[in-house]
Amino acid sequence: MKVSYFPGCTLKTKAKQLDKYTRKSAEVLDITLEEIENWQCCGGVFTTARDEIATKLSSVRALSEAAKKDQILVSVCSACHNVIKQTNNAMQTDDEFNFRVNQYIDEEYNGEAKVMHFLELLRDEVGFDKVAEKVKKSLEGKKVAAYYGCLLLRPSSVMQMDDPENPTIIEDLISALGGEPVIYPYRNECCGGYIALENPESAKARSNKVTDSAAKSGAEIIVTACPLCKYNLEKNGSEIPVVYFTELLAEALGVKEEN
Amino acid sequence: MQRIGVFVCWCGSNIAGTVDVQAVSDALQNEPGVVFSTNYQYMCSQAGQDIIKNAIAEHKLTGIVVCSCSPRMHEATFRKTAAAAGLNPYMVEIANIREQCSWVHKDMPTGTEKAIILGKAAVAKVNLNAPLKPGESPVTKRALVIGGGIAGIQTALDIAEAGFPVDIVEKKPTIGGKMAQLDKTFPTLDCAACILTPKMVDVAQNENIRIFSYSEVEEVGGFVGNFDVKIRKKARFVNEDICTGCGICTEKCPQKKVPNEFNLGMDNRRAIYIPFAQAVPKVATIDADYCTMLKTGKCGVCSKVCTAGAIDYTQKDEIIEEKYGAIVAATGFNPISMDKFDEYAYNQSKDVITSLEFERLTNAAGPSAGKLVRPSDGKHPHTIVFVQCVGSRCAACAEKGKEYCSKICCMYTAKHAMLTRDKYPDTDVYVFYIDVRTPGKAFDEFYRRAVEEYGVHYIKGMVGKVSPEGDKLMVQASDLLANKQLHIEADLVVLAAAIEPDKSARPLATQLTASMDTNDFFTEAHPKLRPVESPTAGVFLSGTCQGPKDIPETVSQASAAAAKVIGLLAKDKLTGNPCVAGSDELMCNGCSSCERVCPYGAITYVDKEFRMPDRTTRVRRVASVNEAVCQGCGACTVACPSGAMDLKGFATKQIIAEVDAICR
Repeated sequence: MKVSYFPGCTLKTKAKQLDKYTRKSAEVLDITLEEIENWQCCGGVFTTARDEIATKLSSVRALSEAAKKDQILVSVCSACHNVIKQTNNAMQTDDEFNFRVNQYIDEEYNGEAKVMHFLELLRDEVGFDKVAEKVKKSLEGKKVAAYYGCLLLRPSSVMQMDDPENPTIIEDLISALGGEPVIYPYRNECCGGYIALENPESAKARSNKVTDSAAKSGAEIIVTACPLCKYNLEKNGSEIPVVYFTELLAEALGVKEEN
Repeated sequence: MQRIGVFVCWCGSNIAGTVDVQAVSDALQNEPGVVFSTNYQYMCSQAGQDIIKNAIAEHKLTGIVVCSCSPRMHEATFRKTAAAAGLNPYMVEIANIREQCSWVHKDMPTGTEKAIILGKAAVAKVNLNAPLKPGESPVTKRALVIGGGIAGIQTALDIAEAGFPVDIVEKKPTIGGKMAQLDKTFPTLDCAACILTPKMVDVAQNENIRIFSYSEVEEVGGFVGNFDVKIRKKARFVNEDICTGCGICTEKCPQKKVPNEFNLGMDNRRAIYIPFAQAVPKVATIDADYCTMLKTGKCGVCSKVCTAGAIDYTQKDEIIEEKYGAIVAATGFNPISMDKFDEYAYNQSKDVITSLEFERLTNAAGPSAGKLVRPSDGKHPHTIVFVQCVGSRCAACAEKGKEYCSKICCMYTAKHAMLTRDKYPDTDVYVFYIDVRTPGKAFDEFYRRAVEEYGVHYIKGMVGKVSPEGDKLMVQASDLLANKQLHIEADLVVLAAAIEPDKSARPLATQLTASMDTNDFFTEAHPKLRPVESPTAGVFLSGTCQGPKDIPETVSQASAAAAKVIGLLAKDKLTGNPCVAGSDELMCNGCSSCERVCPYGAITYVDKEFRMPDRTTRVRRVASVNEAVCQGCGACTVACPSGAMDLKGFATKQIIAEVDAICR
């Protein structure tokens, strides 16, 4: 299976592990990730200001590229995926936005591309059962807490990935890898996000709530898909390690490098 | 040639605000056939109607056009006016210049121009009107009430008291409905069972009432005064006539693990069961999904212990056919599913319950014998959080909740909070609300008592998340008045789930050809003036199937529906609608197109002899309309390829004349 791949800026700097193990795992699972040529920053956040289109244009370009090749556009960073998916939805449903964006791009684009997070690709295109078949080193006995944060699931009407209040997609992946998913109440709460810049104490309180709750529920490790979540949880002193889900995936598939 | 009078209504400023009524009456004065034209402030008033009556006499009018509101509103009024003045009521035409003109236009010139055009069309039509005489049909003096909750019970009792026979069809094994599950009732706090069960007994003992419990309406045919209904009496595998309701079978049945729906699954019942002690009829029912005997053929304990010999494993569903003059829908409500409200952790924690479950928990006949305990560990809760509007008033979450206010939750939550504080003063009680809505007799006083005398913490704001942690429930909420976030460690969380119509209502509405709104509540014939009648003649509405209601309101509406039914059944004959279809047999070629499109089954085919021009006789197959069944929808007139089918009062040539007048 060939898909278009949008890594995003952070995956080239702070979150290299996320990128690396996405690529390695994809190889094992017979997924060819074709990196979009000359991709630019997704825009970082999907601003709700309706007249703001400049920060969304680069997402549209990536979407348009994928549509031209008739490929699914896959990203693995929660933030990039959120921006790209919301932008694509706006291109489909907001006529004024669509019209204005199309003034800036060479070929008309109307939201034809299919956008998927790497997790969704594993679940819906590859199938978790097929992933399970490729497991070389089962995570048996490992208690893993999935941390969703906000961007992966919300706004749920647009993201349409999973139930925003009671998601199962990462837990199902953990089970497929042989691990033991730990359900804890704060797995879909905000880590503090960008407020870490302006009010670090508030972000700390949010992050600690998440990591404490996971640890108290017996988790040995937390997995996430979001570089910002990982940053906040770690920086604010998580008792247990926080890693990208792709690291566990690569480990189970036997393609993780020993440290 | 007709002599037509035109009467333009101002409707106060409803019409006159956007339509120059004088210009309309002046313009229509010059239309063909019009001999008199005037306008008046309120044509529907006594004075307005007198203007019409006087003009009919003075100008010898043969037809009239009233330019006013929708015919749904006042066509009947003006037809009566005409009849009182000696004019055939079907010589009256309404030009709707309110709903379809003044209300939708903003400027006077456009509104006036359109009102004149609508008036011209009506004049063109009335020029071709002919007097019509309605037919008559007999009335079957028996009523059917669908649903045996408090609404159905009250309606049936009132109809029976007036001397007419009534049948109640209830899909559950007993009548009683939701009210039977409640503990106390607001605002007087009398126990629900104490006021409901005597009424249930009244129903059972009333000679005019038959109860078909564990039964459902299968098919409805016919029309007002003459409904033909098939009722499926589901096999309960117990002979109702022999069973004494002693209950031994329900104690001896070895299948003990059946979720008890009466206690909302909070405890178990047996496979053979009587829903509750005061059930009517008090007979046992075997749940075929769980009965070992019915599933594997091996058991038969209930049959062995039954001294009356009432158990019958071979019982089959039975179809009962009965004729009715009137049908009352009283299908009731259910709380919505909490599956999509995971932010409140309903599916994650046993200690997050709905308000109806709370009723059972505090009821002496409930799973905890009336002791308020946590379902998870049976411990007494010291902090209880009530969350109102869960799924109600939820326009932004329409895919999981309801846009409307469920109306009863503010009052029952106040009741729960008050009773908890009264019985367990050591318990802290919080109620989170968007608004507190307690209009109604002695209602607001009741709520104030909860706050002021019982010290319930009412907090304006919604709960964002309930997180089970250990044996506590961490409630995160906002206090909007203090503008701060609250974190409450609760032992029990009670969700005031929105209510929705019972799922059986939608298919029933289809069978009754009764209309529903987008929320599946039955639509009333008029939201203000005919609130207990459905737009379908002979079908009446009782209770929450029409909209959210508390018990006092439900009972009022139930009695009102009964009054309407009694009014109908008291008549010996019903006047039909003369605007029915008729076929020109000479033009009909017997193709069956009309029969296929008729939604009422009013068209049949007959073989008829025709004298041909060459004096021979030929037998041809032609359409024949049953005028008593035809509702005058006009589908057949459009489907007929040879133009043989026409609708009285809405003949093709009349419609064409209207179109011509509009296009002129």
